[in-house]
Amino acid sequence: MSSKPGPISLTKGNEAIAKGALAAGLHCYFAYPITPQSDIPEYLSKHLVERGGEFIQAESEIASVNMLLGAAACGKRAMTSSSSPGIALKQEGISYMAGSELPAVIVNISRGGPGLGSIDPSQGDYYQATRGGGHGDYRTLVLAPSTCQEAYDLTIRAFELAFYHRNPVVILGDAILGQMKEPLKEWEYQPNTEREAADWALSGAKDRPSRLIKSLYLADEALAGHNERLQAKHERMRQDLDWEEYATEDSEVLVVAFGSVGRIAKSSVRKLRSQGYRVGLLRPITLFPFPEERIRELAWSNRLITIENNTGQMVDDVRLAARNVADSAFFGVSPGRLPSPEDFLQPILEVWEQEEARK
Amino acid sequence: MSGQPQADERVAFALPRTMTGASLHFCPGCHHGIIHRLVGECLEKNNLGESTICVGSVGCSVFIYNYIDVDAVEAPHGRAPAVATGVKRARPDRFVFGYQGDGDLAAIGFSEIMHCANRGENVTIVFVNNTVFGMTGGQMAPTTLVGQRTTTSPGGRNMNTDGAPLNMSELIASLEGTAFSARVAVNSIKNIKQGKKALQKAYRAQSGEQGFSFIEFLSACPTNWKMDPLQANEHVGQTLVQRFPLGVFKDIVE
Amino acid sequence: MALYTDVIIAGFGGQGVLLVGNMLAYSAMQEGLQVTYMPVYGVEMRGGTANCTVVISEEEIGSPLVMYPHSLIIMNQPSLEKFRPRLKEGGVQIVNTSIVPQSLLDGDQARSVPVPANDLANELGNPKMANMVVLGAWVEATGILSLERVKQGLPQVLGKSDERIIQANHRAMQAGADRVREYA
Repeated sequence: MSSKPGPISLTKGNEAIAKGALAAGLHCYFAYPITPQSDIPEYLSKHLVERGGEFIQAESEIASVNMLLGAAACGKRAMTSSSSPGIALKQEGISYMAGSELPAVIVNISRGGPGLGSIDPSQGDYYQATRGGGHGDYRTLVLAPSTCQEAYDLTIRAFELAFYHRNPVVILGDAILGQMKEPLKEWEYQPNTEREAADWALSGAKDRPSRLIKSLYLADEALAGHNERLQAKHERMRQDLDWEEYATEDSEVLVVAFGSVGRIAKSSVRKLRSQGYRVGLLRPITLFPFPEERIRELAWSNRLITIENNTGQMVDDVRLAARNVADSAFFGVSPGRLPSPEDFLQPILEVWEQEEARK
Repeated sequence: MSGQPQADERVAFALPRTMTGASLHFCPGCHHGIIHRLVGECLEKNNLGESTICVGSVGCSVFIYNYIDVDAVEAPHGRAPAVATGVKRARPDRFVFGYQGDGDLAAIGFSEIMHCANRGENVTIVFVNNTVFGMTGGQMAPTTLVGQRTTTSPGGRNMNTDGAPLNMSELIASLEGTAFSARVAVNSIKNIKQGKKALQKAYRAQSGEQGFSFIEFLSACPTNWKMDPLQANEHVGQTLVQRFPLGVFKDIVE
Repeated sequence: MALYTDVIIAGFGGQGVLLVGNMLAYSAMQEGLQVTYMPVYGVEMRGGTANCTVVISEEEIGSPLVMYPHSLIIMNQPSLEKFRPRLKEGGVQIVNTSIVPQSLLDGDQARSVPVPANDLANELGNPKMANMVVLGAWVEATGILSLERVKQGLPQVLGKSDERIIQANHRAMQAGADRVREYA
């Protein structure tokens, strides 16, 4: 891998993901249109094809994720993208790819639910993304960018992780990330795609025994062994933990928030800091694996509050991380309502006051 | 199964090198074994063994990769044409075929097969139609004949509530992306030879990048039809062909 | 204190408010500043306004969404009704008084800059350039960016280099800026 800086442009989050995928050596992209992520297929329908890659607007979300499975089985860098209801439909293929240990990148620019919901920003897919989402006992790596630059960088990272672990990787954003424009600094990167799948990908059984990619294990004990191998892999994913911390050196109240809400909460934390409150922020960048050890460490010296644009999902993981040390308060902005930094001030201050009262 | 002939035996014909020689798990009188063999023979004849990627499906033929010795990937139920699309787009230089039953292809996978054909994906789909869901225990399929009793149509398939059987070869022949669509059977030596010819044609369609190729095999399912193998074989030739006529429905292969 | 400002630009769909936002964001980026541009989303699209939010800062930007903006560009009356109550104390609003009755600004404690944007654009020969007029007015009224910088960015943001179009739009921006100077 080598990198050098490229041009700077004012770029929408969705396009930053598409550009990141191209920089990462995207070869095949399959998708079905849905708001608020359609900029991704629109961009790739032009630019991926110009680079000689394969683009298909599939007949359905289900078809697109199964095309992804086929391309992944051939060891190619492949991606699909959608938004919440579409991602729900893709779970079939995601489970099969996890079971078949295939690398692929799945982008969810999520929207409000349940059902048809709305096209507003929402973090209501946290459970779905971090618990596997489909049937069976598996996990996907989940990356949650909060800026357009991070969307680009993490898309490149997603492909590396997918091939390293031979596992689907989910990029979980929302309508804020997808629609927002920010300056984007592209960088060139030369992935070594020639050899990364050479020892397992399907290519025709020439001068070697035939290969089989499958998730069916009917023999006695075979599935148990397979599940245990997958579980060991989920453990290995911990080496790729990533999170951002802000002002935690002396904080007494820790805000935990991810994605767009993470950066909005950072505004609130800055404001409170400027007023003298010792408040800090932890923004998980990998949602699975989850930075539970660090949260547990900070729970010894901080009162916790988790803020999400949903009715309470990641807070479960924060509470699990801090169990037997501390609880976490929760403040949720319901999907369908736009979060703003002012909304978070009062809930954070309430936790602050509880902490003061305890002292 | 031993590959070597005994003292009093002579080799009449050898197993194609594209097949593993593993004993088939199919029920007595099932036609999957013959169809597997034809697929293997045609792969060998066209020297495709080292450049083929097989897409398996869900149903009685789920273990095709145990019998045909090529690179293979397993598709979710009904999705083989979508998976084959992804494989072919990733490796356009490889021969890609899918193998699906009627429950898989014509019910849960109807959308995938129609759109794969309509895009003119340069892949070959082998479709085995025995008019029932075999592996799950003989339930009604989209191809079940009107009046046919199955475990979910105990009074026989009812046109008014279940609709009529789907004729997939004719439907697929009507799409512009299709280069070749034919229905064959393996209930007689003559039909087996016709079937092999059709397979050869389909393989040629793909090798010549002429578009989507489709071969429907009418197949016996003695177990779920509650017949003995001979009765089931006759049922194909006498009854199934009435509703599902054999023939080539589209052929633009040069 | 590090430079920070934000603006909500609101009007009817078709009045070109998103283009104004893009122009500001692009110019700020060229100036080497941090910037976010956020178009209206979802529920906010109802109620007769299309809008976008631009945040400009010398430091890393947290929220790209702003509940209480430092400034407003108001292109129609529904936008005034929706956003005026959220304008920060001491904030400035550019109001298109070709469409919004001047009387609605009377007695308003905020610093309101009335700009008859459609009339000025009409005088320049193209009513569609009303958005460029208010853009010029905002730049002049806030002083965050130079008008030259914003003018320079037009071909890149429009994706057009037709000199006649660029010049006409530059004149519209200048007319907006001049209006503010006269008004002050």
